[in-house]
Amino acid sequence: MQALAADGYRVVGPVERDGVIAYADLGSGDDLPTSVTVEQSPGRWRLHHDDSGHRFGWTPGADSWKQFVYPAHQEVLRIRRTDGSFVVTSPPPAAQPLAFIGARDCEVRAMAVLDRVVLDPLHPDPRYAQRRDGVFVVAVTCGVPAATCWCTSMGGGPQPAAGFDVRLTEVHDAVGHRLVAEAGSDRGAELLLRLEMGAATTDDLAAANGVARAAADGMPRRLDGAALPALLQGTDHHPNWEAVAERCLSCGNCTMVCPTCFCSTFSDHTGLTDDGSAPIETVREQDWASCFQLDHSTLGGHAVRATTKARYRQWLTHKLQTWTAQFGTTGCVGCGRCTTWCPAGIDIVHEAAVLAGLPTAAQPPNSQKGSSA
Amino acid sequence: MSAPTVAVWKFASCDGCQLTIIDCEDELLAIAAALDLRLFLEAGPSELLDHYDISLVEGSITTAHDAERIRDVRERSGLLVTIGACATAGGVQALRNSADVAGYTAAVYARPDWIETLATSTPIADHVQVDLELRGCPISKEVLLSTITALVAGRRPAPTGHSVCVECKAAGNTCVLVAHGTACLGPVTHAGCAALCPSFQRGCFGCFGPSESADVDALHTAWRAAGIADADLLRALRTFNVAAPEFAGGAQRVQLRAKEHA
Ligand code: SF4
Ligand code: SF4
Ligand code: SF4
Ligand code: SF4
Repeated sequence: MQALAADGYRVVGPVERDGVIAYADLGSGDDLPTSVTVEQSPGRWRLHHDDSGHRFGWTPGADSWKQFVYPAHQEVLRIRRTDGSFVVTSPPPAAQPLAFIGARDCEVRAMAVLDRVVLDPLHPDPRYAQRRDGVFVVAVTCGVPAATCWCTSMGGGPQPAAGFDVRLTEVHDAVGHRLVAEAGSDRGAELLLRLEMGAATTDDLAAANGVARAAADGMPRRLDGAALPALLQGTDHHPNWEAVAERCLSCGNCTMVCPTCFCSTFSDHTGLTDDGSAPIETVREQDWASCFQLDHSTLGGHAVRATTKARYRQWLTHKLQTWTAQFGTTGCVGCGRCTTWCPAGIDIVHEAAVLAGLPTAAQPPNSQKGSSA
Repeated sequence: MSAPTVAVWKFASCDGCQLTIIDCEDELLAIAAALDLRLFLEAGPSELLDHYDISLVEGSITTAHDAERIRDVRERSGLLVTIGACATAGGVQALRNSADVAGYTAAVYARPDWIETLATSTPIADHVQVDLELRGCPISKEVLLSTITALVAGRRPAPTGHSVCVECKAAGNTCVLVAHGTACLGPVTHAGCAALCPSFQRGCFGCFGPSESADVDALHTAWRAAGIADADLLRALRTFNVAAPEFAGGAQRVQLRAKEHA
């Protein structure tokens, strides 16, 4: 982290705060959560401590890297009236490139999904492009999936396969407690060489792969994610939409925590002048929005998706079905955030399984064949 | 562009929402320049005009006299904007709606026979047409300012009706309901406060009233799953916005389900 900071990066990563794992600016390795484990289930998160000394023994919280490259609130432009004309200015670009410490596989893939949308060649978002450009990614292999995780169903796995500069795996075995680092890019390799750490042995690498394998085997839930777009076709009138709408609060938490949800809304703000003359400056702002808001589907003063049923259906089908046709990728990376952080404990895997007519959505952790337990 | 004439009216209320206007300290000179404040007793101006371009109305209707007076205010007003939980939902004083008002007057006043009051506290919109509502107990300074700047510039003011959760997540807060098991009304409460209480790790207690999609039944199920007592939900629903239909109806159903449960 110090080397990255010295190279001019703004280093951000996990910290323990208010009983959760949040992503914030990091000074040094001391800021990382230590001996933290988390318990996640639909609608519930609890953070615990053990005496392991582990740095990455937890699974991610509501925060995601989206908040750094596609912030919840941002200024888009400013228009200032001058004598007989006006001047438009854009906010200054961020001073430093970002370095993300501890991105999981689902998070690395979520960045690629968001890139595909927000950097669409027809209308790329220049502010996103500027923040995203050159992000240094230090990824981490997951050792212990949460009960809400389902990345292996959505094209991923506990071990990041691409999209990182450095990949860390925390290994704690008979040999000892260590971080195994592997380079994923030239600059990642350059950084690791510069740090002059001891070279990893083949045993170290085997142990790191073993961590990933055990985590994959212990993945608590499986669903055929690739089959979902086809299976969800024609489910518009499935009775389960009513059933889930009974419990859904239309609160929007699921979309806000989803690392790939990109909807946003724009608003203009004018100021006041001390002499009562017409305002001279307008600021245009962009804020995260959600398909659970009435505004989201309001056309000509009328909300097209007026019911919670219609809004939940928009959310689930966009994530798991229509996104694929729209962008050629999945809209969901299987991180489980929407399920943990849903105050009503609505489980997207369970709902999708019911709608798609798939046999099993959730199994208790470590109950599958080949489990590491 | 001449500044619109403005009146600030008070009905049954604590004055806190009017004070929010004065609380705009940094913007006060600009507000005084942008608005032609003709009637605002709390701040000084006391000119009774036949017509004001904008009326800001605080407070609820609790007397027969006020029920008449609000009609007069409506007639004198171009745009009528209600401010605060009292004006938009009847306020905390609407607790009387399901209580024995004569008993209260007897308990509180030495000469209850001198008190003329209605049995209910009702929002302004129950009596006259309201053009815009600003929620909160008290209203938010930011929402007030954005409304004033919009009106002055001729834009449509856009107070959003979504849940506090949307603001809470945008603020990067820890969800106290999911992560701490703390009772939080955020999922059914109207945004506008920038998730003030959850920002300090306290549960939202609904002072902005029901959101556009408030579903108290679904929240009841969620709170029960989090191990929160029905009595806590009833207390939370029956405060500043006790008479808001979604909260009042929701509380009734919570009570029924609690009885079935027992
Ligand atoms: S839909 Fe849910 S599980 Fe999928 S990426 Fe979004 S938050 Fe994660
Ligand atoms: S699921 Fe909803 S909020 Fe998310 S990207 Fe789709 S429409 Fe937008
Ligand atoms: S699914 Fe859950 S998080 Fe999403 S809007 Fe409904 S209640 Fe809120
Ligand atoms: S703390 Fe309350 S307002 Fe914030 S997201 Fe959780 S339930 Fe919603």
